[in-house]
Amino acid sequence: MGRITLDKVRKAFGDVEVIPPLDLRIEDGEFVVFVGPSGCGKSTLLRLIAGLEDVSGGEIRIDGTDATHLSPAKRGLAMVFQSYALYPHMTVRKNIAFPLKMAGMDKAEIDRRVDGAAKVLNLSSYIDRRPGQLSGGQRQRVAIGRAIVREPSAFLFDEPLSNLDAALRVGMRLEISELHKRLATTMIYVTHDQVEAMTMADKIVVLRAGHIEQVGSPLELYRTPRNTFVAGFIGSPKMNLIEGAEAEKHGAHTIGVRPEHFQISAEGGTWTGTIGVSEHLGSDTFFHVTVPGFAEPLTIRAGGEVDLHYGDTIHLTPDASQIHRFDAKGLRLS
Amino acid sequence: MATQHSRSAARAMMAPAVFLLLVWMLVPLILTLWFSTLDYRPLRGTFDCCEGLGNYVRFVSSSAFWDSILTTLQLLGGVLLITVVGGIGLAILLDQPIWGQGVVRILVIAPFFVMPTVSALVWKNMFMNPVNGLFAHAFKAVGLEPVDWLSQFPLFSIILIVSWQWLPFATLILLTAIQSLDSEQLEAAEMDGAGPLSRFGYITLPHLARSITVVVLIQTIFLLSIFAEIFVTTGGAFGTRTLTYLVYQRVIESQNVGLGSAGGIIAVILANIVAAILMRVVGKNLDA
Repeated sequence: MGRITLDKVRKAFGDVEVIPPLDLRIEDGEFVVFVGPSGCGKSTLLRLIAGLEDVSGGEIRIDGTDATHLSPAKRGLAMVFQSYALYPHMTVRKNIAFPLKMAGMDKAEIDRRVDGAAKVLNLSSYIDRRPGQLSGGQRQRVAIGRAIVREPSAFLFDEPLSNLDAALRVGMRLEISELHKRLATTMIYVTHDQVEAMTMADKIVVLRAGHIEQVGSPLELYRTPRNTFVAGFIGSPKMNLIEGAEAEKHGAHTIGVRPEHFQISAEGGTWTGTIGVSEHLGSDTFFHVTVPGFAEPLTIRAGGEVDLHYGDTIHLTPDASQIHRFDAKGLRLS
Repeated sequence: MATQHSRSAARAMMAPAVFLLLVWMLVPLILTLWFSTLDYRPLRGTFDCCEGLGNYVRFVSSSAFWDSILTTLQLLGGVLLITVVGGIGLAILLDQPIWGQGVVRILVIAPFFVMPTVSALVWKNMFMNPVNGLFAHAFKAVGLEPVDWLSQFPLFSIILIVSWQWLPFATLILLTAIQSLDSEQLEAAEMDGAGPLSRFGYITLPHLARSITVVVLIQTIFLLSIFAEIFVTTGGAFGTRTLTYLVYQRVIESQNVGLGSAGGIIAVILANIVAAILMRVVGKNLDA
């Protein structure tokens, strides 16, 4: 079980309110990702749930019982830290066994569980080494192992992949997703990387300055961002946000079109621009197109083998059904 | 940059310093070795050669020698215990965010800057004096008989004085070590269900192990040669005669340079044995 409810939870450090009163429901077995730019309060929110920070007001309920003032150990949650926080003087086995030892479990049961976790995470071959002798990915696995042996009601991940190189990150992302499918335990995952959020989450919580901007499944956020912030944050490359006369034609203050929702043609289209930098990724090509009258260049996705180059003139037609309209406050117009 | 030329130039320019250091170290050592084989008592005018190992045998076989070894070990052990345990405690306290942290830290380090003779005199006259000392006043204030510290608990008193001097050093080293402990490790342990005591025992203490060995090593080297504190307070009486003090007594008070030199050489050998053992222990600890 791992149903977590936040009811008007707020957090202030002195006079600075980092999290204004906030409500959130996390259902049992969900994979929830908190995403937002750095300093948006997502890690603080996670630490409030973990009990490492005291709330300044409101209530945290775990499985229906009030956990607001419970000590971290009593909440039945396990956390994987950004720095992994392995105990450097203990072997991998002792690291993983530590929470069980602290719980006063008997030795045979500890060994059984540690061996089980080691097998699941492929740690068996270096179980007697110390963290200092392991690579980043291996340390990450040990940290996850230490979390899963406790059989917690929910896992908390604090930017666990940010210290890994790009290739390992993709691999670990898959492993964590698989782990979630297998254990079916609630997971709360903090990241600033919207790709991680999109690929792993059942539910994404987009935060800005302590506020929840939008909560929803990855595709909901992609299809119907509630405001310009979410629109710009979710999706890669960023959505093109256009203000001014072009937006007013659509009866909005700002319109947004994702790079993938343009038709390119050599003859004619709604807008005409000049190609600046182009990024060839093989599968796709991204063009930065300067259109006269627009404040910023547009980012356009084209196929991988398009024969267009720097300085070429290009005609663009946005997909009419994929134009997002926002009002002057940045809120979505339906 | 280091061409053949500049390397030989460097060697030539370093030579005087190296030579000076060698002379500085070797001359006293060789003189002491030479004296230790003589029957050299300047006040009686004897300067006879070829005692052989006689001085050594006489020095080791006197009961004062074994007593002094025991006293030295007691002093060393006592001071190390108090400074390491107290240093860990103080370091943990100083690591807490408090008002006026900077000033408090400087105050804690202050005793280290007081000269040994001065601090021993201050303790002897200001604190431990049975009539006018602060301790005596404190005892009287609660209706207890004042204690004459230096004659009733002489060794303990000296251990106290020396510990007071060395506590800042231990605290300083251990404080920097505590500050380098990753707070996420403590938080992880907290989430893992470790209470404050378990967190100290399983996380903080192992993290400090290296610094503790460094503190023990450095202090041992200096504590083996403690002299001023004994000279100023008890003058080696009441079972406070350490090996260093015994050597001093043989040379200066008994005016037996030969016997004292033999004692000095024995002290050098013993200190080297201790240092070698400690180096091995520390070396192992530093590798891990």
